[in-house]
Amino acid sequence: MSNISVRFSGKLDEFDLDVAFDIPGQGVTALFGQSGCGKTTVLRCLAGLDRVENGYLCIGNHIWQDERTFVPAHKRAVGYVFQDANLFDHLSVKGNLQFALKRRNKGTGANFDDVVNLLGLSGLLDRHPDNLSGGERQRVAIARALLSAPEILLMDEPLSALDRFSKDEIIPYLEKLSDVLSIPVVFITHDTDEVERLADHMVLMEKGRIRANGPLLDVLSDPTLFIAKSAKTASVLEGCISAFDQEDQLSTLDMGGADLFVPGHVGQVGDVRRLRIAATDVSLAVDKPSQTTILNVLEARINDIHVIDGARVNIVLSIGDRSQGRLIARITMRSLKLFDFQVGQSVYAQVKGVSMVERRKGKR
Amino acid sequence: MIEPILLTLKLAGLTTLILMILGTPLAWWLARSQAWWKEAIGAIVALPLVLPPTVLGFYLLIALGPNSPLGQLAISIFGHSLPFSFTGLVIGSVIYSLPFVVQPVRNAFEAMGHKPLEAAATLRASPLDSFFNVALPLARPGLLTGAVLGFAHTVGEFGVVLMIGGNIPGKTKVLSIAIYDHVESLEWTQAHILSAGMLVFSFCVILIMMVSEKRMRKGR
Repeated sequence: MSNISVRFSGKLDEFDLDVAFDIPGQGVTALFGQSGCGKTTVLRCLAGLDRVENGYLCIGNHIWQDERTFVPAHKRAVGYVFQDANLFDHLSVKGNLQFALKRRNKGTGANFDDVVNLLGLSGLLDRHPDNLSGGERQRVAIARALLSAPEILLMDEPLSALDRFSKDEIIPYLEKLSDVLSIPVVFITHDTDEVERLADHMVLMEKGRIRANGPLLDVLSDPTLFIAKSAKTASVLEGCISAFDQEDQLSTLDMGGADLFVPGHVGQVGDVRRLRIAATDVSLAVDKPSQTTILNVLEARINDIHVIDGARVNIVLSIGDRSQGRLIARITMRSLKLFDFQVGQSVYAQVKGVSMVERRKGKR
Repeated sequence: MIEPILLTLKLAGLTTLILMILGTPLAWWLARSQAWWKEAIGAIVALPLVLPPTVLGFYLLIALGPNSPLGQLAISIFGHSLPFSFTGLVIGSVIYSLPFVVQPVRNAFEAMGHKPLEAAATLRASPLDSFFNVALPLARPGLLTGAVLGFAHTVGEFGVVLMIGGNIPGKTKVLSIAIYDHVESLEWTQAHILSAGMLVFSFCVILIMMVSEKRMRKGR
């Protein structure tokens, strides 16, 4: 499907919204931002549940909103997963799913049994929503949305109402979903972990405006954004498994001209993996360190220097031969002064810790 | 003695049916509308709660009388004038019992909020479809309460009936009028039987309503 073009500007319940962005017509897009930044409003406008005066929305070859058109929610092929599931209390799980099934266009959409199996609901069909756990309710809500044969799936913080336990239960389903679905998925979150695990594309919002929009790896490692200022700042990179050393149980990942070693057998040779390297786990050395236990010492070039506050600095490094290899190192202001790092300088980045972003087979 | 009872049941049954058909959309509109003047309509609907029944009956008598335009219209529709007829009694009862149906149903619609309807819309249910297949089923306890209150209130009405219906056996002489009649003519036994019957009936109605409402909320 071609791109999704979105433009909403206007006031809605005293909230000032002004956004314009294009997102890919496939894959998972995260709509990310702090609470109150207008994420939900954007999602509701996409679904037609809210309406701003000046809006344009084109999905595939349908125009759902422009100056003259406003397709009401019930005529849009959207699947919407509400933050709190929002199941119909007067119907059983099966009844909820059939509600969607009965109203979708004939001959379209996923098979009932397939969706039930995909979300592991076969044992719950006769239950009543009141007797479901939070995670179960959310799975039913996702299944219900899928059964309505949507052309786009919208999810409003599908995980936020859940405790850690239910989250861990539901994330694998979401990952599975993004692999089997051919329709675009837009989901809201304020959790970088969820973004890293689930998204391919990212739209960053702040106070009713778009701050950044692009492929996930680019946005996450953009040092000018507020994400880079947090203590949890990390670089998210993708690499291809190139070798596995049986004796030392060490996998080698090719990050595009630079090799990274990761302990354990993380996958088959040729698989693409997403890695997360905390900025605080990266230190810099001017000369190549020889006497060190750190395995991952990468040749790097300083791309940019971003001062966060009086004490801390983010150094943006490029590694390997591709622009994709962007690594952020968090160092102190004192070190910066001591070594007098300059943009363009070659250094060695020592990576203390690499974690795999748990994700099913990287297919993209 | 059986005639007033049957007449009363007929009146209350018919009134309740009409009230459910008219009152439910009205309650829906009152619960959903954004119009600034909706509370004025709400107040008019609620008026019979505070108005003395005789006042309501008096105005109905005048409004429906053969000399008023409304009365003229009624004659052309029903072929007879409305006061002192069963039809007139039904119209009076519908107005008199309206708030007892609209209020609980409106409360039920308001309590469910927008969310179930939004979910229905994203699942491609048209507004009408949502009303019948989401809103009404969710409002079931409120609908039950409304129906029972409307029925019971109509059974118990006296003032409006007396003003607009009079006391015509088989036509407008309902239970409460019959009791009054028996007492006037010092027929204590009959008055006792009818009154005790009403007492038991009222108790049963309220008990059944409370029990089934509780069941509906819990069991489904």
